[in-house]
This record gives sequence, structure tokens and C-alpha cells, in this order.
Amino acid sequence: MGAIFSPFISKPDTVSRIMFKVLLALVPGIALYVWYYGPAILVSLTLASLTALGTEALMLKLRNRPIAPFLKDNSALVTGWLLALSIPSLAPWWLIVVGTAFSIAIVKHLYGGLGNNPFSPAMAGFAVLIISFPVQMTQWISPHGLGAVELGFLEQLEYIFLGVLPPNVSLDAITMATPLDTLKTRLHLEEPIRQIFAMPIYGRLAGQGSEMVSLGFVLGGFYLLATRVITWHIPAVFLGTLFAVAGIFHLADPSHYAAPLFHWFSGAALLGAFFILTDPVTSPTTYKGKLIYAAGAGLLTYLIRVFGNFPDGVAFATLLMNLCVPLIVLHTQPRVFGKKGERP
Amino acid sequence: MRTLYQFHGGIHPPGNKTQSTQCPIARAPLPSRLVIPFRQHAGESAKPLVRVGDQVLKGQLIGMPDGFVSSAVHASTSGTITAIDMQPIAHPSGMPDLCATLIPDGKEEWVPHAAVDYLNSDPAELRQYLRMSGVVGLGGAVFPCDLKLRPLRNHPNRNICTLILNGAECEPYITCDDMLMRERAAEIVQGAEMLRFMLEAKEVLIGIEDNKPEAIAAMRQAVTGSGLPFEVVVVPTLYPSGSAKQLIRILTGLEVPSGKLPPDIGVQCFNVATACSVYRALAHGEPLLSRIVTITGNMRLAQNLEVLLGTPLQELIALGEALPDTNRYIIGGPMMGMELASTDVPLAKAGNCIIAASDKLFPPAPPALPCIRCTRCAQACPADLQPMDLYWFAQSREFGKAQAISLFDCIECGTCSYVCPSHIPLVQYFQFAKSEIRAREQEKQAADHARERHEFREYRFEREKQEKAEKLAAKEQAVRQAQAAANPGAAAVQPEIQAAIDRAKEQAAGVEPKNTGNPTPQQQSEIAGIEAQRQHVRKLAKSSVEHTNGHDEN
Repeated sequence: MGAIFSPFISKPDTVSRIMFKVLLALVPGIALYVWYYGPAILVSLTLASLTALGTEALMLKLRNRPIAPFLKDNSALVTGWLLALSIPSLAPWWLIVVGTAFSIAIVKHLYGGLGNNPFSPAMAGFAVLIISFPVQMTQWISPHGLGAVELGFLEQLEYIFLGVLPPNVSLDAITMATPLDTLKTRLHLEEPIRQIFAMPIYGRLAGQGSEMVSLGFVLGGFYLLATRVITWHIPAVFLGTLFAVAGIFHLADPSHYAAPLFHWFSGAALLGAFFILTDPVTSPTTYKGKLIYAAGAGLLTYLIRVFGNFPDGVAFATLLMNLCVPLIVLHTQPRVFGKKGERP
Repeated sequence: MRTLYQFHGGIHPPGNKTQSTQCPIARAPLPSRLVIPFRQHAGESAKPLVRVGDQVLKGQLIGMPDGFVSSAVHASTSGTITAIDMQPIAHPSGMPDLCATLIPDGKEEWVPHAAVDYLNSDPAELRQYLRMSGVVGLGGAVFPCDLKLRPLRNHPNRNICTLILNGAECEPYITCDDMLMRERAAEIVQGAEMLRFMLEAKEVLIGIEDNKPEAIAAMRQAVTGSGLPFEVVVVPTLYPSGSAKQLIRILTGLEVPSGKLPPDIGVQCFNVATACSVYRALAHGEPLLSRIVTITGNMRLAQNLEVLLGTPLQELIALGEALPDTNRYIIGGPMMGMELASTDVPLAKAGNCIIAASDKLFPPAPPALPCIRCTRCAQACPADLQPMDLYWFAQSREFGKAQAISLFDCIECGTCSYVCPSHIPLVQYFQFAKSEIRAREQEKQAADHARERHEFREYRFEREKQEKAEKLAAKEQAVRQAQAAANPGAAAVQPEIQAAIDRAKEQAAGVEPKNTGNPTPQQQSEIAGIEAQRQHVRKLAKSSVEHTNGHDEN
């Protein structure tokens, strides 16, 4: 028997398919990641996927919910992948496992599971990791051609799972600070920005390699826009605000403040714009609300990056704006048909 | 070229209209039995005018409109009334309703009927005539047509006087209006002119979705042929453009205010089939006896049929030859229709389409997942509502909050359910919330009424008590005044009081227990009788005890 009530037809769209499209849209970025940084990221993605699905199943069982339909919805995989892409891929295996388990068990399921979590699970997981394990969270692998030593895949695996490096290779030889981090530290040392950007880790727009990975996320983002998984509101306004604020500071003092495009292509800005801030569950439902939310996130990201303690601000900006969502939605209700001039 | 406006949202479900437009409208054969419901319209049921055994003629009035919102019901053919009783009908409640069963005699013998010279008639008389002809809106709401025909000039917005004919027919599968426009365009245009005359409308717009090119051409030709200054407006195919408020918005740019009706903005909207039946009623004196029904879906012979009202649906379905895997039937379209609990129900004026359904045609929806607030519903809602929020409040039974975010502006078009990736039956939640609010409203009204009555009763008692007390006080006052007038001075009162006290004392001394002293002879004999009886009973009791004891001893 089908539906007893109308409508008897429906669009062949499912949560599972939407989430699958998000995963698919991450593939170009991941491919470029592998190209520039080696296959370690694939290990963290696999670990994140297994942990996400396992934790999801365990929590569903504890909550007495049907396991199969929720495991098939792909939402746990999205959380795991976004977290894996946000943290260093050469970190010990337990880092991504702890982070993903926290995201799924605490941030998602303790708040009611799919559709009910007020905070972005991946970003809350990221926040926990960067506060609890700051050292491991700095082990960013050097992009192809920049590190003193480059590890093969087996050597990477050995380090991730056993913590063993090849003889005569130190951790510093294979990892380095991110372009955002380097900029921050060097500016602190009062080095002029032009000199900093002359360093080999910087590429055309931002970091060598990382700028290309970001470009991959843009590609995926356009795919999400084209397939209407997301609307333009959040990415456009988030990037627009980030560009505008960075532009103002850059114009006022170009020797201390990086150019807007640097901010776009550094850190998690583009990943956040298209994949993290657009999470439907944790972002406002109204169009106007999306604009306010994205503008707030753009401003906060810049402020945290430039004036805060952490090198990147996307995670904390997202979480802070997540907090504001109910208030934003309440005050941006659209006008109902036939209620001209009436405030809803 | 007319500027068209847009309403927010809307969807493009697959049309599935071509399968039922392959052949012209056919006349369904006379059924073996007609079951004619007395309520085929919005409002009060018509009052039966016939009795079991009556011979009736085609077009004879058998149900009298009863109440302000009501309409007439007629015998769809000539024959004999064999029953007037409660019969199952096609209604979501599943409740039976009063129907007349008519066995046709096959003669199709008409009652005398004649055209109405509408141009020289009083509009009020015309409205009454349409009411007695049973003409109701055939777009789905079956609202009595006459009630929508008061002149627009009486409404506050005098500048706009627009009559809109709704030929959008946006629901998938349904093609009855399409075929009617293709085949009877001239009648529709004449009907529109009659409606325009009664409304005193200044312009007439006929809105048709662009997926019906044949109907558009036929209507354009009919308008040209009639020489009337009507405009056939082609509107983009977008569900639900056939909803009156949405069509008005598309054609005029005006929004019917929430809680108001189209005439409040100087617009009135009729379905094309309604215009056609107005024409039949006025130009030929024919009441509404039949309508066009689309039979389609999982059928070999999908088509449109002209069907007598009261025809059992199963006889119609038989004409379409449903395919073997058909497992249910839907009346109405796939977006807003209803699954029939039984096909042994009659066709009423609202029945525009019957769809044979199978699990292949309408696959069962997967189990609902939680809402992920993706806002596809809000993006598609033609009433600019936030269905995900309405759902949130409806499922947590926070009906007040649902009402505050305009629950009652939902037109239940099903668009939100259609697009929901979690497959939540949103419309059902909204219908549930609306019915709960209505039920509570009724309960509250009943409770308010009871409380008011109780409070009034209390007030009345209090008032009566007060009035009594006032009267008594006034009386005492009067007596005192009279006494004061009779015996001036307190000393004069004193002996009288003393006398009263003495009298009371005497009386108290003289009072004895009743029936103890100085009994009358009759009382004495009664007492003797009673004493004798008691004596007898005592004796009996004693002997019984002795006897029992003796028995024990043996």
C-alpha cells in the first residue's frame, strides 16, 4: 500500500541522495588534496567514515531508533568527511576517531539526532580537538615539493597508526605551519607582509597546494548550487563579507593586512562557505536569515583570524553563528501570501 | 501582451494529461441505478421533496435548497425513486449521507424547461434561478454559484471589476476542463458573458496553462466568434496556478488578503465548467444534471466522460478497463485527491477525476525521516509559509504557535509534501492541526456559552434574592411606619409585646407530645390494632425460637 493521503506523488529526492551529493561534491577537493599532500588524507577519511558509521549505529541503538534507515541517510559520513578535511591528515589515528565520535555521539545524537542538532557536528568536533590536542592539530603535512623529506604512503601509514617515523626524519621535516599560521606568527614578529608572502609556502593567491584544494571545493560548491542542494545566499554573502572586511583592512594598511583573495583561499573559508555553513540543520531557514547568518560568519571569521588566538576562524565563527540561528529565524519570518504590510 | 505576475514557489509535477485527451468526450451509458446525494455542494444539505415510489422526470427538482449556503438537487434522469436513505458517499470522513436512489426508466423524459431571458431579468431573480438549478462551482469547492454573483460594484474596491475564468487545471492527470474547453468553448464564453452581466464586471480574463494549446486555440476562436471583449491569457504551467488566489495573483498582480475573499479586491473567479453549466441553465433551462469526469491512470481506456450525477463510480471505472495490477482508486488529482474507501459510491458534483492507481504508478513513500530543515518546502510553498516550522509546532501539538505563523493560510495544495526529501506527510500534519484547533475552538465556545449561562443564572438568583430582600425591607419599613403612625411613642408598644410573650408562654405550657394524650376513638382503635399485631408477632417469634431449639435437641 502506498500513501493513503494526498499527495500520492512525490519528487524522487531523499535525504540520503542530498547527503550523497554533498559527498560527491567534496571529491574534487579531496583529489587535489591527494595530489598535493599525498594519500594520508584518504586514511583519515576512511577512519572518519568508519568511526562516524559505528558511532551513529551505536547511538541509534542506545536511543532505540531504527538503525538501517538512518545509517543509509549518509549524514554521518558528511560529518566525518568534513572533520577529516578540517584537521591535519598526518595526525595520529586516534585524533580523527575521537573527534568524529564526539561529533556524532555528543553534538548530534545527544541533541536529538538527525535534524535536531543546533551546532555543526564537524565544527564542534574540530573545536574540541583544537582545544584538547593543540599539538597534534598543528601537524600539517607539507605540500608536494616543499617539505625537507616526503614520506611514502606506507611510511605515512606507519606514522599515523604506530607513531613511528623513518630513521633520521623528524616531524618538523615533514610538517609545517599553515599559510595562515605562518602569516600570523611572522606578522607578530613585525615582518612586512610582502616579505612573508615571498616565502616558498605561498603560491599565487594563498598557500601552495592549499589554494588548489580550496579551488576544488569551489568546484564542488558550484555543483551543489547547480543541483540545488544549496542556495547562493550563504556562500555568496559569507565570501562577500569576508572579502569586504579583508578589503577594507588591506586597503587601509596593505603591509599588515593580507589581501581579500588570500583570505578566501586560505584555511577553511571555501570549504566553510559551500559545505559547512550551508548545513541546513544548523543554519537559518529563512532567506533573510541566511544573509544575516552568513554575514556574521564572514565578519567573525576575519576577526578571529586576524585578531584572535587561533590561526583560522571558520569553526568558531560557525559555532557562534549557530547559537544565533533561532533568534535570527524568529526575526526574519517572510511575509505570508495575502498579508501585505503585516508583520508575521 | 498582458503582464503576468508570479506567486512564490510552485512545482512542476509530471503532467500525465495526454493519455486521457486522445478521444473526444463520450457520454457514459445510462447506469442501472443512480444514487443522488442531497448534499453535493458546500453548505447545508438539500431537503428531499420526493418520496419512495415517486415517478420523477429528468431535471425534476428532488432536493430543495435549505439554508443560506445550500443548493438544489435534481433527478438526473427519469425513473422511479426506490429509496431515500443514508448511503456511503465519496467523502474523506467516510460517513454516509442522505441520498435518493433512482431506478431509470430509460426514457430520459424531461420536465418542461425553457430558456431564461437573462438580459431582461432582475439579477436577484437570476441568482435564485441558478440556486434552484443546482449550479455550483465545479472546480472542486462546489460552492453555490449564486452566492458569488452579487455585483462587484457593491464591494469597496470599485475600480477593479474583473471576472476570471479558471481554465488553468494545474493538477496532473485531470483533463476534464481541457476537454470541455476544446469541445464546448462557445458555451463557456456565453456562460462567461452571463456571469459578467450579473457581476457587472468590466473585464473578463480566461486563464489557461500553456500545456493546453488545443484548449487555448478553441477558446480564442470562441471569443473571437462571439465578438465579446474577453481575453484568453496563457499562463505558465506551474502547480498550483489553478488555485483561485494564485491565479488571481498571476493575472492581476493582486493578492487576496488573508481571511478575505476575492470580491474584497474586486475580483471574482469561476471555473470554466461552472460557466458552461450557467450557460446550460440560463440558455436552455437545464439544471446541473451531469458533469465531465476524467477516468485515467492505470487504465487501458483513459478518457473523459459526460456522466450523470449519481452514477455509481464502479460503473464508470468499468468503462476505463483498469489494468490488473490496479489496487486502489483516487478521486480528484494525485496532489489533492483522496483514496476511495469503496468504489460503490455515487458521482457527485465535485467529482472531476478518477485515477486507477497501482504501486507502480504511485510508489509507496519511504518511511519518513526527521526534518533536516532543508527548506525545500518553504521554497515551494505558494502561500509563502514556512512548512518546516508549521510541522515542528503541529507535531509537538503547539497549535497556538502554528496558528501564529499563519497555519490557516495553508491551502493544502500538497506542494510541501511533494518536495520533502524526508517524505514527511506535511499536509496531513497541517490538516490535523487545523482540525484540532477547530475542535478546541468549538469546545471553548461551548464552554464559554455554558459559563455565560451559569454566570447569568447566578446573577439572576442574586438579583432575585436582592429584590426579595429589598421588598421585605420596604414592607417592614411600611409596617413600622404604619405602626408608628398608629401608636406614636415607644411606651404604647411595650404592653403589646408583653402580651405576645405571655401568649407564647401559655402556648408552650399547653404543648403535649402528639398522639399520646387524649387520643380520639379512632386513634385508640388504631393503637389497639397495632398493639395486637405486635403481640402476635412476638408470640410467633417466641414459638419459632422454641421450635428450633427443640429440633436441635432431638
